[in-house]
Amino acid sequence: MIEASAPVRPAARWQDYVQLLKPRVMSLVVFTGLTGLVCAGKPISPLLGVVAVFCIAVGAGASAAFNMWFDADIDAKMKRTRARPIPAGRVQGADALGLGITLTLLSCLTMYLAVGWLAASLLAFTIFFYAVVYTMWLKRSTPQNIVIGGLAGALPPVIGWAAASHTAPLNAWLLCLIIFMWTPPHFWALSLYTSADYGKAGVPMGPVVWGAGKTRAHILVYSLLLIPVCQLPLFTGLGGMIYAAVSAPGGLVFLLLAWRLWRSKAGDGGAVGEDGLYEVKAGSKDARNLFAYSILYLTGLFAALLAEHLIGLAPGIPF
Amino acid sequence: MKPPLDEETRARNRRSLVIALGLAAFVVLVFVITLTRLGGEVANRPL
Repeated sequence: MIEASAPVRPAARWQDYVQLLKPRVMSLVVFTGLTGLVCAGKPISPLLGVVAVFCIAVGAGASAAFNMWFDADIDAKMKRTRARPIPAGRVQGADALGLGITLTLLSCLTMYLAVGWLAASLLAFTIFFYAVVYTMWLKRSTPQNIVIGGLAGALPPVIGWAAASHTAPLNAWLLCLIIFMWTPPHFWALSLYTSADYGKAGVPMGPVVWGAGKTRAHILVYSLLLIPVCQLPLFTGLGGMIYAAVSAPGGLVFLLLAWRLWRSKAGDGGAVGEDGLYEVKAGSKDARNLFAYSILYLTGLFAALLAEHLIGLAPGIPF
Repeated sequence: MKPPLDEETRARNRRSLVIALGLAAFVVLVFVITLTRLGGEVANRPL
């Protein structure tokens, strides 16, 4: 007699666990955390600096593992995310949860041992905010999810700054504010051409709840707020000439793209959503352009600050 | 009891190896952090 066997679950590889940590997001967090650490301008042992940035990266990975665990149901409904390890059946949710808890404890403990309680506490708060406040609460309940939840992605430079100086002064929070204000136009531009996916999964992103027109207006308003905020480091001693050369003209390009997006019909008539991140309808090209440029602009701002502080060209007025 | 599949066993072994290496790396990291933070004070402590 032939017994009916249960379907065989594909064996999880260690690479699947790495995927749970969202390595691409980690790389952005490493970059902004390193910028905060360098901009603090305090001498820190290179080894402890590397360890601090590593802890920020591992903490971001822990947040991602919590997110993958909790959001497995909606990930399974979206084309962009349905191949992730849990919805694809390669990793069990409980394993991702265990990984998240383990990495949270290890990263915060190591941060405390290496550089002190302030950076460790900020790291723990960041993980909590992303996992609980954003993932478990805001993401499914309000279109303001990425506005408030964006704080978690904005905190790494403050953690880096605290790791080097054991303080979190105004300039550290200014770096946080820049990322915080950058997040809404960045993600709403993306959601304009992937909203079909979000709608199917029941995630209340702007275009799903408000419609495309109001989302485009929100993007323009946030862009008008973002660009002046990006000029503030020039007045607080954080940014110098290199930063000015990136932030001012780059900001004007940002505003131009946001203006063109506002005037466009991007997202009208339903977004594509099924064809991947960079295959968009002709009418949604303006949304894709702003999304791609926003990454370039933020990278340029932080690279300029990093370069100025590494080669000693920063004005250095303490705030 | 049905023996586990070969592929599954191999994957589990690799995972266990990565966990073991990760734990070993963590122990080394804590050791190095301690040495770095203590620095020269280790030699200056009262015996």
